[in-house]
Amino acid sequence: MSHPTYLMSRMEREDSHTLAGYEAQGGYKALRKILTDPIPPQSVIETVKDSGLRGRGGAGFPTGLKWSFMPDREKDPRTRYMAVNADESEPGTCKDRVIMREDPHGLVEGCLIAAWAMGLDAVYIYVRGEYRLPYDRVAAAIAEARAAGLVGQDILGSGFSCEIHMHKGAGAYICGEETGLMESLEGKRGHPRPKPPFPAGFGLWGQPTTVNNVETIFNVPFIMDRGAEWFRTMGTEKSPGNFLCGISGHVESPGVYEVPLGMPARQIMDEFAGGVWKGRELKAWIPGGSSTGFLKPDAIDTPMDHDSIKAAGSMFGTGAMIVLDETASVVRSALVLMNFYEHESCGQCSQCREGTQWLAQVFQRLHDGEGREEDLELLRGIANGMAPGKTICALSDAAAIPTHSVLRNFADEIEEYVREGGHEAVMKKRQALAGAAS
Amino acid sequence: MALTDALKAEFDELVTHYPERRAALIPALHRCQEELGGWLSPETIEAAAEYFELEPVEVYGVASFYPMFFLKPVGQHVVSVCRNISCDLRGSDEIMAAVCSKTGARPGGSSEDNRFYVEHVECQGGCANAPMMVVDGKYHEDLTPERATEILEGLS
Ligand SMILES: Cc1cc2nc3c(=O)[nH]c(=O)nc-3n(C[C@H](O)[C@H](O)[C@H](O)COP(=O)(O)O)c2cc1C
Repeated sequence: MSHPTYLMSRMEREDSHTLAGYEAQGGYKALRKILTDPIPPQSVIETVKDSGLRGRGGAGFPTGLKWSFMPDREKDPRTRYMAVNADESEPGTCKDRVIMREDPHGLVEGCLIAAWAMGLDAVYIYVRGEYRLPYDRVAAAIAEARAAGLVGQDILGSGFSCEIHMHKGAGAYICGEETGLMESLEGKRGHPRPKPPFPAGFGLWGQPTTVNNVETIFNVPFIMDRGAEWFRTMGTEKSPGNFLCGISGHVESPGVYEVPLGMPARQIMDEFAGGVWKGRELKAWIPGGSSTGFLKPDAIDTPMDHDSIKAAGSMFGTGAMIVLDETASVVRSALVLMNFYEHESCGQCSQCREGTQWLAQVFQRLHDGEGREEDLELLRGIANGMAPGKTICALSDAAAIPTHSVLRNFADEIEEYVREGGHEAVMKKRQALAGAAS
Repeated sequence: MALTDALKAEFDELVTHYPERRAALIPALHRCQEELGGWLSPETIEAAAEYFELEPVEVYGVASFYPMFFLKPVGQHVVSVCRNISCDLRGSDEIMAAVCSKTGARPGGSSEDNRFYVEHVECQGGCANAPMMVVDGKYHEDLTPERATEILEGLS
């Protein structure tokens, strides 16, 4: 299980979150290199493109390409921003928190390099309101960096200036969607905006804006320090690098582990997380956060990278694996998720506002023993009405996708719930069977 | 409640971080809730509206969108138990049951002595340390019902 690591390599040290701890481990070297014998912004973007880095926020969009969408400064003199997405609310996802808590300067350095590359005037780090310690750690890192001449005016005497601001959200999954985030940052309800216009043309306060995930930005200093080729020695051709895999649910050792993209999900589950807990069998698993859907055990050998997981009928998402053991109920977990999506739908689009509610109601009645044979078709019909591409943002898809996955992979359990009369009855029957077998 | 001079001074600094004053509203509402009684009363909303040069209904519209803001009074200690998938798989129901039995409150309500407000919350990003709860803003992870009870007993 030994493979090269970098993302978590500095976190062992007690003072990893301080400037001293960071610089003692090579921190701000990449920024210094870029600024002292200036590497032109365009070359920085080229290096990020060459590295093949893909966004870690869920969609896996190529980062260098996204940065190149920012308008040419010569032709478009408007103020330009980056918003760092630290809303981290996709159920199962708990990795950005580790970065902010243990290595906040790495994020700050990444922001500064991004600012240089895109000619940004300011960066806003939008942190979900519940993340107090991570927020405080990043805020302290910015203050330390500012005192050391690394943030603010004329950074390291280079003439380059950039402000980094912290911003606190107030709990709302939808504010992780990039345009909902921008509305929220402007002090409004987090209602996603129709696209186009895209953020690079019309973002925060109508100015050119790029939105990137914490882990995405955190990768950048490593790439600039060690090079695109080095980065490509890890992961796969189309999904290079390592990622922080949060693995939760029914495993012996849930945690956040650094693994190369393309490592088979089974290896992550067994070697890092200690396997399915209590010696039990695997029943179902989710590869990349709640919106990516439930897969069967037969897919557990799939490599964890964007293309492979897609081919297996799901999505890499945030790389947050959730494991369900043989005693678990997919119907119940689906109900939990649909309650979540119903709660988090912002309500702008009727397909999502009504659809999430209906899905929750149908899973609720299946759970309560009032399910009907027709509910399979009903669920399919509702989910088909919600996605793909029927709404302003992808929250609607995020509810429809797991629903389809249950219908595709666990329809027999829905039928069992209808037949047996709900959750309690199903659980009782399973326990009786397990008792008889042992 | 009216904004204190200290809060106003804080907000005067806060707004300098943004090109538009309004952007500081949500961080400011957090501070209002922390300093002015643990919830956003109509008077607090009005005071914030005046400061931000908005209509009270606009501030209310924002505050009501975000689950972290309380628009009604809550007990002295806020206990938020995650019920999302990773926590549910590892027994968050039992955590909630222990919390309810210890506090005498029901989810979404306060205890009779007003010492506790108990609520279900959605994913808090503590998935790898499930089940978890947040008490007065502090994360408590890798819980058992016994541990959850102890934590509540330890509160002043
Ligand atoms: C409903 C919804 C919630 C999202 N939540 C988050 C989030 O919490 N964090 C995040 O980085 N991206 C989230 N995203 C994805 C963002 O819209 C965006 O794609 C991402 O921040 C871009 O960063 P990246 O290119 O670095 O991955 C969410 C998307 C949707 C549709």
